[in-house]
Formats: sequence, C-alpha cells, structure tokens
Amino acid sequence: MASTIPWERVRRAGSKLTTPLHPDDYLRLVNPLWSSRELRGRIEKVVRETDDAATLVIRPGWGWRYDHKPGQYVGIGIQVEGKFQWRSYSVSSPPQRKRGTITITVRAMPEGKLSSHLVNGLEPGTIVRLALPEGDFVLPDPPPPRILFLVGGSGVTPVMAMLRTLDRRGSMPDVVMHYSSPTEDRMIFREELDRLEAKHDGLTLHRLQTDVDGMLDLADLDQICPDWKDRETYACGPGPMLDAITEHFEKHDLEEHLHLERFSLELGGDGGEGGTITFQNSGKTVEADGATTVLEAGEEAGVGMPYGCRMGICHTCTLTLISGKVRDLRNGDEYGNPNEPVQTCVTAAVGDCTLDI
Amino acid sequence: MAISDVKEYTHLTEDEVEQIGRELDKIRQEIEESRGADDAAYINRLIKIQRALATAGRVTLLVGTQFKETRKPAWALGAGLLGLHKILENMEIGHNVMHGQWDWMNDPEIHSSNWEWDTAQPAEQWKHSHNYIHHQFTNVLGYDNDIGYGILRMAREQKWSPYNLGQPIYNQLLATFFEWGVALHDLDIERIRKGEKDPKEMKRQLKQIFRKGRNQVLKDYVVYPALAGKQWKTVLTANVAANITRNLWAYMIIFCGHFPDGAVHFTEEEIEDETRSEWYLRQILGSANFEGSRTLHILSGSLGYQIEHHIFPDLPSNRYPEISEKVRELAAKYDIPYTTGPLYRQYGQALRTIMKLSLPNSWTSSDQPEPPTPPRDRKRRGDDERPSRRTELGGWSRSHSEARG
Repeated sequence: MASTIPWERVRRAGSKLTTPLHPDDYLRLVNPLWSSRELRGRIEKVVRETDDAATLVIRPGWGWRYDHKPGQYVGIGIQVEGKFQWRSYSVSSPPQRKRGTITITVRAMPEGKLSSHLVNGLEPGTIVRLALPEGDFVLPDPPPPRILFLVGGSGVTPVMAMLRTLDRRGSMPDVVMHYSSPTEDRMIFREELDRLEAKHDGLTLHRLQTDVDGMLDLADLDQICPDWKDRETYACGPGPMLDAITEHFEKHDLEEHLHLERFSLELGGDGGEGGTITFQNSGKTVEADGATTVLEAGEEAGVGMPYGCRMGICHTCTLTLISGKVRDLRNGDEYGNPNEPVQTCVTAAVGDCTLDI
Repeated sequence: MAISDVKEYTHLTEDEVEQIGRELDKIRQEIEESRGADDAAYINRLIKIQRALATAGRVTLLVGTQFKETRKPAWALGAGLLGLHKILENMEIGHNVMHGQWDWMNDPEIHSSNWEWDTAQPAEQWKHSHNYIHHQFTNVLGYDNDIGYGILRMAREQKWSPYNLGQPIYNQLLATFFEWGVALHDLDIERIRKGEKDPKEMKRQLKQIFRKGRNQVLKDYVVYPALAGKQWKTVLTANVAANITRNLWAYMIIFCGHFPDGAVHFTEEEIEDETRSEWYLRQILGSANFEGSRTLHILSGSLGYQIEHHIFPDLPSNRYPEISEKVRELAAKYDIPYTTGPLYRQYGQALRTIMKLSLPNSWTSSDQPEPPTPPRDRKRRGDDERPSRRTELGGWSRSHSEARG
C-alpha cells in the first residue's frame, strides 16, 4: 500500500479544482465513506446479542485510524428527524486495521429513544457519523500480570475489547472477571465468554444473575477472588455499582489500583466561580453559577446553542471564547486565551466571559 | 416616533401591532417545531444536484471541447451547467445556509459557522455585511449599506451629486461584475474614503478577500483552462460566461428585494426603541416579493419571498411558500401593504428608479413612498454606533480578535 503522504498531496491538489469545497465534498456523493471532513461509517451488520442489545458492525470511512486502545469509546452520530444526535459507546472489537470494521455493542435503555433506535431500527447500509476514540479506561501494553474485571450489564463492552485483544495477542495474564447481569438471557457475549474461558487457563469467570441472587456484596470479594488486593481492577457498569466499588477500594486504601469507566458525564472537577456569560452575536447575557455549563446557560438564555453528546466527546458544541475564562468541569483545566475554542457542554464560567455566538 | 407612526400603519393600535408580532412569533414556532427529515432531505438533495451540475459542467467543458464537432455545443452546455451550479450554490444553498437556516440539523458540513461559498466574498464578511447590517437595519438610511451598495443612489433622500449621472453605466458594471462588487461590499468603501475605517481591520479584510478571490480566479481562469490543454481558451471563455450569467441573475434578483415601488425607506428615528413587533413591521414594509414558479423561486434563492425571508431569515427556505400564505392572510387581516408582482415588473421598477435617481430630484417625480421622517444626517454608521445584533439573523464569527471599525 502506498504511503499516505502522496495521497494527501493528491487531495490537496484536487482542492484547487473544488475550492472553496474539498474534493471529499464531491467524492462522498459517489461513496458516502469517501470523505474525511466529518468521520463517517456504514452499518454493515446488526448482530442481536440479547433481547435488548445488539452489536453494530461499522465500516469506517476515510480518516479513521483503527488505533483505538482496548477499552476506549467512540462517538456515534445518527440523523433522527433530520437532526444529528450523538451518543458514545465502547468499542468492543480489538484494534485491527485489516478487518476494516469496528464493532460497538448497544443496549436499548428504557426511555432511551436513541439507543432503542440503534438496537431495533438501524438498517444495514445506514451511514452514521463517527467521532475518534477517546477515554482513559484502557489496558496498558503489556497488561498487568494480574487483573480483576468487575462488570455490570452493558459495562461488559469495553472489557470485551480488552479480553479480545488479550486473546488475539495470546497474552492472557491471570484474569478474574465478575460479571453481573439481571438474568442469564440478558448477559451480552455470554457464549463468547464461555469459549474464552475454556480456551484460556488464566481466565476465570464468575457470573451473577442479580434478579435471582441479588447484587454483588463487595465483602464477598474476599471469597470470589481472595487476592483481589494484589490485582489491577477495572470496573465498568451502572453508577451505583461503581460508587460502591470506589468506596470499598478507598476503605482499603487501594484506589490507585482501581480503574473506572462511567457511561455518564461525571463532572468531578471543581466548579467555576460563575459569572455573567455574554453571547456576543445574539446580544444575550445570562448569570450562571459555577456548576452550570456554558451550554445550559446559553440554552436558558434562549441562544440557539449547538450541541451533540453533551458529555464532552463529539465537539459539536465547540464555540469560540472571545474573552474571559471557563473551567472544564471534568478535570478543572482552565481555558482563557483570547479566541480559544471551548466545549460548552463541559465547561462553566470562571468570572465574566463572552462567547462568539 | 416609532414605526407605528408610519402612514401605512397609522390605522393600527399599539395592541394590534403587538398582536401581529405574536401571530408572527406563532408562525415561527410552528415551523421550528415541524422541522424534520423532509427538510433535511430537501437541502441534501439540492446540494447533491448542485454538485452534480458542477461536475457535469466541468467534464463537459474539458472533454467536449477537445473535438471539433462537439466544441460549440459543449461550450454552451458546459457554461450553462456551470452557471446553473453557481446560481444554486450562491443563492438557494450558500446564502440560506449562512443565515443559519439549516443549523438545527446539527451537521457541521451544512452549518452557518463554517460554510464557504463559491464566490469571491469571504463568508465571514458576508455574514457581517448581509446578515447583520442589511437584515437588522433593512432600508434604514445611513444604516443599511445595501441601499445602492455605496455605488448607486437608490433613495430620493440620498443626496444627488454629478457623480450620479453615470448611474446607468455603474449599474451595468455592477451587474456584470456583481461577484466582485459583493466581494468588496463589507469593506465599506464610503467609510474608507472618509477615513472612518479602522486601518487594521481594513487590512485584515483585504487579505481575506485577496486569499478567497485568488483561489476563485485560479480555479476558473487558470487551473481548469490549463487542464483543457490546447482548448484553454474555449474553457476560459465558458467559465467567464458562467460567472457572468450568475452575476447578472444574482444582481437582478437582489435588486428586486428592496428597490421596487412600495418598499419604504426608514430613518434612524424609526429604529429607536423598536420592539420586536415593530421590527417585523419594518421588514414587511421595506421588502418586496415577486411571483413565479417553484423552479424560479429555487433559482432565486427563495428571494421571491423576500418579505418572509426578512421576517424569518433563519427558517428553512423550502418552508417560505407555506409561510407566505400565512403572512399574506395576516397582511390582509390587518390591512398592511404586501408588495409583490411579476419578476419583470419588479425589476423594471428598480431599473427605472436607478435611471431616475441619476438625475436631481427636481427633474423627476417620485415613485417611492416618502420616509416617515426626514433623515438626520447622511453619515454611515460603524458597528460601535449600531444597536447590537439580533439572533434570528444568523451567526457571525470573526477569524481574528481585533475590533471591527
């Protein structure tokens, strides 16, 4: 395969013919995947995993790098009623370029219109938008020698990507996995997990049907996995489960060995101080406290704010900060250079600031 | 004095004016709530057609001109397809996308914040000169630089000078090179001449125009002709023809928006403490529609619905026909003038005004309604002298932080 540099050069030269557009703006009309302006993917297959969960096999278009780390999530944007809606899901496939596809596994949430649509309403051939992989819930390479996975429900997806990677590389270390699910039927990937367990001596699985046996009591960890304190623990699942795990590890002073993935935005950083936010072009202003995101403040003021995932992933909401300072509620980072692009869905005002909208 | 003192409106009570505002707000709300998949399909289909036309035009010219027997028809067909592509792109697509009509789709590829159109003017400058200056201050003398574009005298209240005797010629030049007239519009030559323009901002704008204009010129007049090899001249002339076709068409449609008889000019006094309802009324009274088929309207960027476009500049253009029916009903109900007519008549009136106003007022009779109050001065305003921007006009962002002059 030719190096990518001449290809880029060809496209740059092509833009002389298509200015002010990019050649991709024309090529995508021939094949929707031939554009890297916005990352795209085609749904190749929808594989039903359980009654309420399905795996989407997606063929990404130009610009996709196949370099996600096992455990990371991607943004997926679908046009519903003409409007793009974004969500993010863990990639369940291992990073491999030659497959040419990635998979995500989605559970239809009650009240979750978009997730239901993804599970039940998506036809193969549908073109979706994608956002590049992100997230720190990843397995280091080489993996730790002893691992404990604590998984609840569809929280299995990032862990599955990790297990598949370990399986493919033939580097399965000593792994204990505890997988809670309401019923056996709703256990995503249960057959594949059975196969992996049979194949690898190092992999031990504990399955728990919470509808029958109740939730995992973390005090039982000492029996389930007596050496849990000596392991690197990766936990993914519903918020209350993760809260309980965090508390348990903190009690034993082991939080450095705990890695978490939450599927909702956690605004852990300190809030801003709040202040008056001015929306320059619309001439509107609003008082916002330090816990209100710029996006929420703008919507409250009646400004037509762009938004996507509302959790800092898809960058649809990015606006230019003309003056003032905002703080990223996830990590406390501050942005205050003149004309700096900021993600309004995860930042709050630190004093008065002005945005370009 | 407010807009409700304008003689066309003196029959309306204050309550009625507010009631009209509420009814228009309701139309807006209905459209906003019903925007959906069909609207998204409309703009996507149109973009597809326009890009197909562009490709077909370029290929026809490059290939068709290589053979002697197809050269002439290929020239005509290629120029026609290209002209059509540019008309669609500039008018129904570019102009409307930049107003933010499609921002609700949340699609960064069809969004006012980053759309760049196939003409010499940088989008950012258009969004300032058009969305803000023209749409907010529509027909207000001294505020709306679109009254004659700083080149023509289009209102009797504008002072006559012997320079205006040349109007028929300037008009012809403006029509032919409309793209370049538009490109220079946001510079505001009149303010530059009077030394009122911030030199730093002027330099920034000139650089932007140069960069955009250079790419446009290279594409149409260097790269594509060069690709045609020996037939470079045929392709070059066809591209010139396509651009001029677009220029003449865009010029004519745009001159039908506010220059036919019946479109009123206003003065500073009417926009003092203007309420939202009064702003609506000023837009209705200051704009003129024209009638025609659906195709004509699409080719005109839906500017035949100029009145509806001015009340709701950020609602999707494919909805203007249905909005128009409601606005007409409203106009009839409250006995508000609603200016419309066939395209030839609307343009004819604009052209007649251009000719008449090349002469001093005392030599000609007026066809225009008088502005409600005499203008205070003839100075053109900078942004710092204007009220701040309204949201429904579409966004505007500047690529650098310096203040505008």
